[in-house]
Amino acid sequence: MSTHKVMRGAVLVATVVALAACDNQGAPETAQTESMARKQIAEGPNLGVELSHEDLAAWDIAIGPDGSNLPPGGATAADGKGLYVEQCASCHGMDGEGGAADRLVGGIGSLAGDAPVKTVGSYWPYATTLFDFIRRSMPLNAPQSLSDQQVYALSAYILSMNGLVGEGDKMNAETLPAVVMPNRGAFVQVYPGTLESVIAE
Amino acid sequence: MIKGKDIGGIPGHELEPVAGGGLLHRRLFLRGGGVMAAAFAVPGTARAEKLEVPAWTKEPEGYFKGYGARSKYETDVMRGPIGEPNALYASGPGAIRAPIHALEGMITPNSLHFEITHNGIPDIDPNQHRLIIHGLVKRPLSFSVEALSRYPMTSRISFVECAGNSGALISPRAVPGTAQTLHGLVSCAEWTGVSLAVLLAEAGVDPKAKWMLAEAADPSSVSRSVPIEKAMDDAMIALYQNGERIRPSNGYPVRLLLPGYQGNMNVKWLRQLKLTEGPSQTRYETSRYSLLLKGGLVAQYKFPLDAKSVIVRPSPGVGMAGPGLYEISGIAWSGHGKVRKVEVSADGGQSWAEAVLSGPVMSKAVTRFRMPWRWGGSSAVLQSRVTDETGYEQPTRDKLIAARGSKNFYHCNCISSWAVDGEGSVTHVYA
Repeated sequence: MSTHKVMRGAVLVATVVALAACDNQGAPETAQTESMARKQIAEGPNLGVELSHEDLAAWDIAIGPDGSNLPPGGATAADGKGLYVEQCASCHGMDGEGGAADRLVGGIGSLAGDAPVKTVGSYWPYATTLFDFIRRSMPLNAPQSLSDQQVYALSAYILSMNGLVGEGDKMNAETLPAVVMPNRGAFVQVYPGTLESVIAE
Repeated sequence: MIKGKDIGGIPGHELEPVAGGGLLHRRLFLRGGGVMAAAFAVPGTARAEKLEVPAWTKEPEGYFKGYGARSKYETDVMRGPIGEPNALYASGPGAIRAPIHALEGMITPNSLHFEITHNGIPDIDPNQHRLIIHGLVKRPLSFSVEALSRYPMTSRISFVECAGNSGALISPRAVPGTAQTLHGLVSCAEWTGVSLAVLLAEAGVDPKAKWMLAEAADPSSVSRSVPIEKAMDDAMIALYQNGERIRPSNGYPVRLLLPGYQGNMNVKWLRQLKLTEGPSQTRYETSRYSLLLKGGLVAQYKFPLDAKSVIVRPSPGVGMAGPGLYEISGIAWSGHGKVRKVEVSADGGQSWAEAVLSGPVMSKAVTRFRMPWRWGGSSAVLQSRVTDETGYEQPTRDKLIAARGSKNFYHCNCISSWAVDGEGSVTHVYA
């Protein structure tokens, strides 16, 4: 899609919104003003500075559910055990439960019952999310202080505590996205539909 | 009909009950101040005092301040509750609720806007902050705050509500609480900034891009996937909140505004937008802000907040001093558009009457509603129920739980109930 088409799309949307607003006891003048403003701002001053992929590499840390953007390297649960005790156990508990922070381990199969236990093992649909979240947000007192290697090791250890990988299984860019998370099949995407239609199905 | 003499001896005036429990016709408001004031007066109960010229009239004091502060007599209107700091780290995740029981109109003052943090409030230098747009675009771009400030601006009044607001109503027993503690994770402000469609056009969107990952610069680097349709529609890169630069706790210097969408998606401290083919399945859209339904089904990517209303006065802690005429006042909003009507019940939902919508009714903004009520001194259960412009009606708690089960507290928008006892004090109940 060309830039031109994108801009025209924005104006079209604005116009439709404006017409809908007119029908809907709104003030037509306001709607028209807004529509005109949209047309106007479709011509911004173009002050964005072009970035190379190298420039933004330090910020481009998001991992896709297919494993896209996972860094090189890899580690096993055995590699992560000591690190977990040192970096994570004070909040999440020695065995991934019983701490002040979210429980990480257990609860598999409990979600449909009266006392659902939501953990990484029982609830999270993608193992890639674990890597992404640890790397961007953990530990709470020093986020983004762990190396990629350490994040692989902690991901492996937490998955292993849940019995989802073996202690010696190396987690890397190929194996991590392939881990079968038990609750993935329970997730249903509502957008662009409605919750009511999801429930009805 | 209640004859005028019953409400203070106004000859020939009639107040018409419209529903049980003392709800009165809303034309009591529409007729104008004279009747209203007379109707609210309770002659014989208040004795006039002998007036004296007060000290503040005779002793000049006070001078301008560069940045204003409210009256010292109003300082008990506070966000809350402020919990104990995290045992291990002072920042961490947390929430502070707006004092909706004490506010009026539709706008939340900046100092009282609710806040959620996922790991503290970053102290961002606007001169060093950057917003980047990359991923499936022709030209990855970086914008300084100064550059963004030069773009043509657009303004809109929009509510922001946490998807966990009112979640306590899922509890099996009614949790003791106030309008603030139960429903205070909603606020409404005028936001001003740059239409995101303009910046996306500048970067050149690849037709393969269907989603956009928005990421914060806070120590949690909160990230959420947003559909590209929303990004191109009414999304705003907001720089101003009620006319001044956005407060640090609400995302200074740049936040994403997605009108009507669940609060955390309006990413604060916005630093990057990465366009992608599919959603990124981040922690905040999988393990959080997803709905665990009956049978273990998990609904994710439910974005707009459905219509909700709540009576803020009377409410727990804001009761009646004695029988007489009172105004029931509340707020209503919908993530799907405008509020069409709000109905109020004083008898626990047996009978309803339509409230007055006060002030401008705007799409995806808080709307104030009011209802005249003659409280006779006996017990009552007050409820409100909103219908939005799509025709959607706010459900009862029973209906909500029947559809979704009782394990999910996100997107809880059911009718809430305040019980009034014979003393005029108010408590949260299920009715």
